[in-house]
Formats: sequence, C-alpha cells, structure tokens
Amino acid sequence: MEVVYKKPESLKDETIIYCPGCGHGIIHRLIAEVVDELGIREKTIGVAPVGCAVVAYNFFNFDVTESAHGRAPAVATAIKRLLPDRIVFTYQGDGDLAAIGTSEIIHAAARGENITVVFVNNAIYGMTKGQMAPTTIPGMKTTTTIEGRNVKYHGYPLKVCELLSQIDGVYYVERTSIDSIPNIIKTKQSIRKAFKYQIENKGFSLVEILSPCPINWKMTPKESMDWIRDVMSKYFVLGVFKDKGG
Amino acid sequence: MRKYLLTGCEASAEASIHAGCKFYAGYPITPQNRFPEYMSKRLPEEGGVFIQAESEISAINMVFGASVCGFRALTSSSSPGISLKQEGISYLAGCELPAVIINMNRGGPGLGDVTPSQSDYFQATRGGGHGDYRTIVYAPWTVQELYDLTYFAFDVADKYRNPVLILADGILALIMESVKFKKIKKRFPKKNWALTGCKGRKPNSIKSLFLTPGILEKHNWKLYRKYKKIEEKEIKYERYFCEDADCLFVSFGTCARICYETIKILREKNFKVGLFRPITLWPFPYKELENTIERMKKIIVVEMNLGQMIDDVKIANKKNLPIYFYGRPGGGVPTPEEIYRFFISHLVGKKDKLWK
Repeated sequence: MEVVYKKPESLKDETIIYCPGCGHGIIHRLIAEVVDELGIREKTIGVAPVGCAVVAYNFFNFDVTESAHGRAPAVATAIKRLLPDRIVFTYQGDGDLAAIGTSEIIHAAARGENITVVFVNNAIYGMTKGQMAPTTIPGMKTTTTIEGRNVKYHGYPLKVCELLSQIDGVYYVERTSIDSIPNIIKTKQSIRKAFKYQIENKGFSLVEILSPCPINWKMTPKESMDWIRDVMSKYFVLGVFKDKGG
Repeated sequence: MRKYLLTGCEASAEASIHAGCKFYAGYPITPQNRFPEYMSKRLPEEGGVFIQAESEISAINMVFGASVCGFRALTSSSSPGISLKQEGISYLAGCELPAVIINMNRGGPGLGDVTPSQSDYFQATRGGGHGDYRTIVYAPWTVQELYDLTYFAFDVADKYRNPVLILADGILALIMESVKFKKIKKRFPKKNWALTGCKGRKPNSIKSLFLTPGILEKHNWKLYRKYKKIEEKEIKYERYFCEDADCLFVSFGTCARICYETIKILREKNFKVGLFRPITLWPFPYKELENTIERMKKIIVVEMNLGQMIDDVKIANKKNLPIYFYGRPGGGVPTPEEIYRFFISHLVGKKDKLWK
C-alpha cells in the first residue's frame, strides 16, 4: 500500500501539550515536513524561545537548544558562524521577538546572519495567560488592556516584516497565515524557501506566521481562524515584503 | 624562554587563544577595550570567530550559543557590562555550559567611573544573576597570572561544565608586563552533549527549564554536588611571610600586590606580618585561612571597595581575632605607604613619623 500521509521523521512521538486549537502544532509540523523534504534533519539545529514554544525540543526530532527570552537570534548567530554547514533556525513568538528581543532580531538581520527565523505572531502573550503583546492590534482586549488596546495610551503594535524589510542585511521576509488550508500550504512554501535560502548561503530570512491562540483570545478554534482572516490579517497584511531571490 | 611585553587585556586574550578558544563576542566598555580590539584581529587569524555584539546581553548569549555547539568561548567586559551579562551567566549555569567571562572591574555603582576597583566581589562570588548557582572565580594579581588563569580557566570550565569568571581590574587590564606563554592546546575533552546536528546519534537538547514538579529540585541538588566537588578540588591561594607572623594581611588581586609592598616595609621595621591571598574567590579558601590564623593575633583586610571579601574572612575567623579593614572605594587605589600608615596608627596605635 502506498503511504500518502505520515508523521514526519523530524517530529517525535510526543504528547502535544499546547492548548486546543493552538497554531504551534501546525507550524511545528510544517517545519518538520520541510526539514524532512530537504533532507537536513541530521544537520539542523533549532533554537527555542521563551514562551509557549520553549518546549520545542520535546517535539522536534533533531538538536534543539533553549535560549533566554528574546536572545535566540544571538544564540543562533554563534552556532551558525561556528558550524556554517549546519542549518540553524530560531522559533520565536511575538513577545520574544518583537518586545524583549527586538535588539537581537534587528542586529542579527543587520549583520545578515545566514539563519532562518520562524516568527509566530498570535498578538498576545500566550504562556503568561493573555497580556498585551507588541503585536496586539488596536482595540484588542487582553488581561492588561481590558478595555481594548488604546493606541493613545498603550502605543501602536510593531509590524516586524515591514520593519525588517528596510534592513540591507535581510534577504527574505514574508508574512503568512495558517487560518485556512490554502494559507497553510502557502506557509509551508515560505518556510521551505527560507530554509532553502539558508542552504544556498543567501543570508537572513524570516517568515512571520499569523497563528491562533483561542484560549487567550477567548474564542473557539473556528472563530479564531475567522478572526485571523477577517481582522488580524487586515492589520498585519499578508505577503512578501522582501525577496532578493525572486 | 622568550617573553612578551603585553597589557593585561592582550595577555588574557592571547591566553584564551592558546587554550583553544574559538569564539569571542564582546561590546566596547572602558577599561577593557583593548580586549575586543585584540581579539578582532587575532581570533580570525587562528580560525576562530570574533563578533562585536550589539549589546552585552547579546554578547553573552552568543557565547551561550558557541558553548551549546561545543566550542570554547569567551567574553570580556567591565562592571556595568558584567551586570548586563548576569542573565546569560545564570542560563549558562542552569544549562551546565562551560564559558569564560573576564571582568576588568571598574568603580560603581551605576555608571561609576573607569578607574580600577574591586567592587564586584559580591556580584562575582554570590552568583550575580538569579537562581541557586555558583561561578568559579579567579583573582589574578599580575599580568602573568592573568595569562595563566585565563589559560587554565577553559579546562576548569569544561571539566565541570560551569561558567568561570576572572575578576581582574582596570589596573591589570591596562598595565604592561612581561609574560611567558604556555603551549598551544591541541587536545580537548569530548563533548558528546553538544549540539552539532544529530547525525549518527539521538538528538541532543540543552535546557534549564524543568516544569515537572520535583525535577528542578533534583537538578539543583545535582548542581550542589558539583559545587561541593569544586570546593574540594579547585581552591587556590598563596601565603607570604606567614611562618613567624602574628598579624595577617588578607587581600586579593591588585590590592594584595600593593599589600605585599607594605609588608616588605613593615618587615624591615621588624613587624611580623604576613599575607594571605585567595586566588579562587569562589570557592573561598576558608579552611586554609582558618589554619593560617591559628597562631595570629590580628587580621587586616585591605580591599579596593567598602568591604566585601571581609565577609568571607569573618566566616573563616573561627578564633574571633580582631579584624581591621582598610578600603578605598570608587576607583581609589591605595599606596603601600598609606596602608603602612593605617597599620601603624590603627594596629600598633602609634603616630607614624616615617611618612609625612
């Protein structure tokens, strides 16, 4: 019998501890499929963030290290410089990358480090149960913006792809979403492109993925996907912001 | 044997290269700027990687990354920069990663000044960052010893999978002295825990997070056993003129060197004084100091701060001898003569006529 669908070798057989409807499971799987398809599992080194995905080493069946909050790009920089033939990626959430780690991501990008960054944007601090994130969109309710984010008081969200695309050292930046099957397929293609560019020594790539957090958004998984499509992706517009290779 | 005239920064940087260090990340801060400057040229010549990081925080996390994949790695800074690195040092300790960190101590708190100080003793020996951990701390007193201890620190860091700190100061960073080099290291311990890609083995992971109840406590007890072993095996100290002494100077680093000069003056005047110099500040040589004061009557502690190591001397002072303290904070450097005057007026109780 022909096998048409199976667990990627790059995923361990481990009980998922993410919340129901969380996007991390989908994104982990997409990365694992890409790593399998590119045949790089045995030379991939992942750098996990602080946040829900800190436990990524439990799920990925390749070498993964923890990093301090926001510092994954600095950790990845050293690994890639010392082991240039390995494939090094960071997996970071919005609090990790766009708040406490803003300096590290901008300077890794500016140095043009030949690494891949998977940036999961769910517009909220998930692991700490729903505070305002740097990517919480105007009007959105969180536990620290109970009346909704008021830009006059709380300031504006940070648009990471728009920001990074201005930096000379950046090779490829794209924002995708996993709110629908076509967008999940598109996201996988973007992740694959980002890894492929690293294999080809092209330089710094980042894929921002709009991802649901139903528990902290206080929505059902279906409502979350609809909200990404109808509201979130209107603020964080999907698309390629920079692609020196295409 | 050939000798080289080097600043402390250069000697320590060269020692790290001789010890097989392949990675340096740092950030400019006075008085240790010669360190990154020297490394930026020398390390790539030896096939290593130099990165001028965007911050001290990034620099220590780059060192973390280098250590994760099994390379010998180093960062250097001075006091305010070392404060910023504490988060990373805590992670290194938690993840059991070897690394060497050099602190060319300057005055504080806050931005302080850029002149030499020993004000980071507490920070260096009491952890500095969060969590129940220890860093091994060496305090050299000459440029040669700064070279030797840097060279040695990489082996100790690897042996125990623990960060090692060298607490020097602005004087040692900048003075030039002649230095003898050691052999360039070719053999290194195997690190089968390192992340190098999982070819031919099961995946490795590095972490300090243990959420399952009881697991972190077990990890902490494991670290405790390691620290106990370090306390048993790694203590270093030196004693001078102690055989017939009835009064003991206790001092470390540059300050001990100044005290040594004072003691020579006092000895000429028949004062029976000796010097005890801890080289490891953690683990502190409590037992060895306790044994040294066995036949003494008085202790004088001299530090370039408001009195920090004196706490450890008090722990070792089981005989309850009187302890005198002479300190110069804020970048003040005592002269041998002023320590002499303090000794005569406070410990002998006489007005001094020699120094006017």
